[in-house]
Amino acid sequence: MIKSIILWALAILLAPFFSAVILKVKAFFGGRKGSPLLINYYTLIKLFKKGSVYSTSTTPVFKMGPIVSMAASAIILLFIPIAGQNPVISFNGDIIFILYLLGLARFFTIAAAMDTASPFEGMGAAREAYFPIICEATMFMILILFYRLSGELTLSAYLSGDQPLSLWHGAGSPLLFVIFALFIVLLTENSRVPVDDPATHLELTMIHEVMVLDHSGPDLGLIELGSFCKLFFYSTFIAGLISPFDLGHPLMNAALFGAALFVIYISVGITESVMARYRMDRVPKFVLTSFALALFATIITLEFMK
Amino acid sequence: MKSDFLEISNGEALIRSRIPHLPFDLFRKEALDIVGNGGKVVQFFAYQDGEAVKLLTVLRTDKLLVAGTDAPESYPSLTNECEPFHMFEREIAEQFGIRPEGHPWLKMVRYHANCQGKPDVFGNDYKKDIPGQYDYYSVEGDAIHEVAVGPVHAGVIEPGHFRFNCIGERVLNLEIQLGYQHRGIENLFLNIDNKRLPIITEGIAGDTAVGNSLCMAQALEALSSVTPDNGAKIIRTIGLEFERIANHVGDLGALSGDVAFLPPANYCGRMRGDFLNMTLWMCGNRFGKGLVRPGGVRFEMTDDDRKTLQERIDVLKPQVRHTIDLILSTSSVRSRFEGCGTVSTSDAEKLGLVGPAGRACTMPYDVRRCFPTEHYVNLDIPENAEPTGDVYARAKVRGDEVMQSISIIESLLADPVETNIVDTAELKPAPSSFVVTLNEAWRGELSHCILTDEKGNILRHKVKDPSFHNWNGLSMSLRDTGISDFPLNNKSFNLSYCGFDL
Repeated sequence: MIKSIILWALAILLAPFFSAVILKVKAFFGGRKGSPLLINYYTLIKLFKKGSVYSTSTTPVFKMGPIVSMAASAIILLFIPIAGQNPVISFNGDIIFILYLLGLARFFTIAAAMDTASPFEGMGAAREAYFPIICEATMFMILILFYRLSGELTLSAYLSGDQPLSLWHGAGSPLLFVIFALFIVLLTENSRVPVDDPATHLELTMIHEVMVLDHSGPDLGLIELGSFCKLFFYSTFIAGLISPFDLGHPLMNAALFGAALFVIYISVGITESVMARYRMDRVPKFVLTSFALALFATIITLEFMK
Repeated sequence: MKSDFLEISNGEALIRSRIPHLPFDLFRKEALDIVGNGGKVVQFFAYQDGEAVKLLTVLRTDKLLVAGTDAPESYPSLTNECEPFHMFEREIAEQFGIRPEGHPWLKMVRYHANCQGKPDVFGNDYKKDIPGQYDYYSVEGDAIHEVAVGPVHAGVIEPGHFRFNCIGERVLNLEIQLGYQHRGIENLFLNIDNKRLPIITEGIAGDTAVGNSLCMAQALEALSSVTPDNGAKIIRTIGLEFERIANHVGDLGALSGDVAFLPPANYCGRMRGDFLNMTLWMCGNRFGKGLVRPGGVRFEMTDDDRKTLQERIDVLKPQVRHTIDLILSTSSVRSRFEGCGTVSTSDAEKLGLVGPAGRACTMPYDVRRCFPTEHYVNLDIPENAEPTGDVYARAKVRGDEVMQSISIIESLLADPVETNIVDTAELKPAPSSFVVTLNEAWRGELSHCILTDEKGNILRHKVKDPSFHNWNGLSMSLRDTGISDFPLNNKSFNLSYCGFDL
């Protein structure tokens, strides 16, 4: 239990570092040195030192957005097995709880954005409300598959100990589809290229960034930290699946898991470097691909399991 | 076609009395006739001559044609019959309070009171700020929403207000309001001595410093019957081409950055700097300020300079080619560029688009080929027309021009000519004269027109930036395009705010 709590705290502490790895990879492809790996900590410290500015036209809903989204991101990390260790909290059906907790965070972010009455933020909110719906369908399709394989509805039943290995035994290669589908969900949910561009300054093209334009200081810091944690959550999910081996020693497991995390973050960086983002009306097709993959994986696997 | 308009050549000074002064009705009929048959408007402006206010227009077909008339209090709008006059009539209405009756969209251009003290044509109260008090074109309906962007923008760009009427993500209409940088440059020209003229001209638009000062220098040279030597002409040509390369390369990188394809964006940013640094090598200023002066250039080019520049180009040329190829051949970039922000050829004709934006809509007009000045007379400029009129076409034209400009510079660097540098030439413009100069700046046809009075002082110095034609092209390109594609379209035109605002 203590170990799990330490891992949870470490996860929140290290999430900003891993996000900086993406920046480093992108800088490498662009022929630049790039910002230091600790840049996100500097940014967070800077933001938390600042004061917040609130528009007179906003209501308390606006202030709740960052708090709820940060809290939700921290809570979902309590449920995910990190490096094969049991999670801090786990109960039957927790995965559904997690998905809706993410939905709740999104609801508050959207509400805060609408609260400003800025046409930009309204536009971003509309986009943010639309694309994750498709992600949700994918997540539930993957959930159906995992439920049929393991007979359980908890994250720890999929990712802790040698459980991932039994998923591989059950599903075999279709699990690769699932991993790819999860990667697409990761890119979409965390507003990465090719769905969104976290680096742009152009309000009209943003999805997630435009919704937080009016937040400043510690509020913005909470949003940033929350999004680092959210990305870490999805990466941990995938890392659990691609490093299914239990090496027997917790340190060895942690090292393997860390390596898997690096692979995922570097893949995100490479994806962002080698392709342009999709036109807004093509994004749903891209996200739907993840649903199709998850569906195929489910159909194929369940057919073999009869 | 028989016409009373006088045929002139680019940069040719005339005594003003030689310009046909037509009765207004004839002037109107013939101007409509010329532009209605495929001609374009280069200049159309009002000026004060003694007590009288007069109009003057320079049109182009395959020749340049000029004529003037007395300005009426109001007149039946030419735009109704012939769209290319649209912006010019609005400008005249704003500057001199002359109302074009029946103008389809009589709206202020830069938001300032007219210089005649006449009642304002648009009924504006200039004590109040726009955009707050101006009624933008609006669309009504349940699913319609309006997005206002600017005048203060994210990033380092100039001020301008954009009003989008959208249905969902789709833009129905984009209205652009500029004028936030209006400095009254045209009036400033009337009250300064000749020494300050080049410096102010270079400040019209920082990214077109060479283009503007070239137009102004050619005009003053023609008025004072001075001919710059061959060496100066070559150096000025090189300067203009460097300006073109630096801006095109920078914009191609920005286009790539706007679709989140970062590697070329980074490379282009660096290479733009390298090209600016070559201009720095030539004249001590990255944007070519101080290079061109009436009478010649202020910096000569030694064999060592040529060698240095050639060496730098040798290193850069393959890099530029590879980067442009990378942008234009990556499938995910192509899927963003192609079919995005299409301006039809007929719209482009009516708006009179110039430069790369016009060439992207199958209009091959290029001042360097059609009305060459400087050393362009001896150069062979290809047509560069693209058929599709979309972001891809605009990027392709600019990419092609970069490579051509590099070749032009290389061929010019191989020609070791000498020049006598001019420092502060005291040019005396001839009295009562007229001259119009055109140059292909990197955005397209840039034109200055200078009229002098009986004492040889400047009576009117009219500047027309290519953006004056092209802003409405940007507006058209957004019709029925996703609002999220606006930045991409905007960058593919990359028009000048301060060049427009003057």
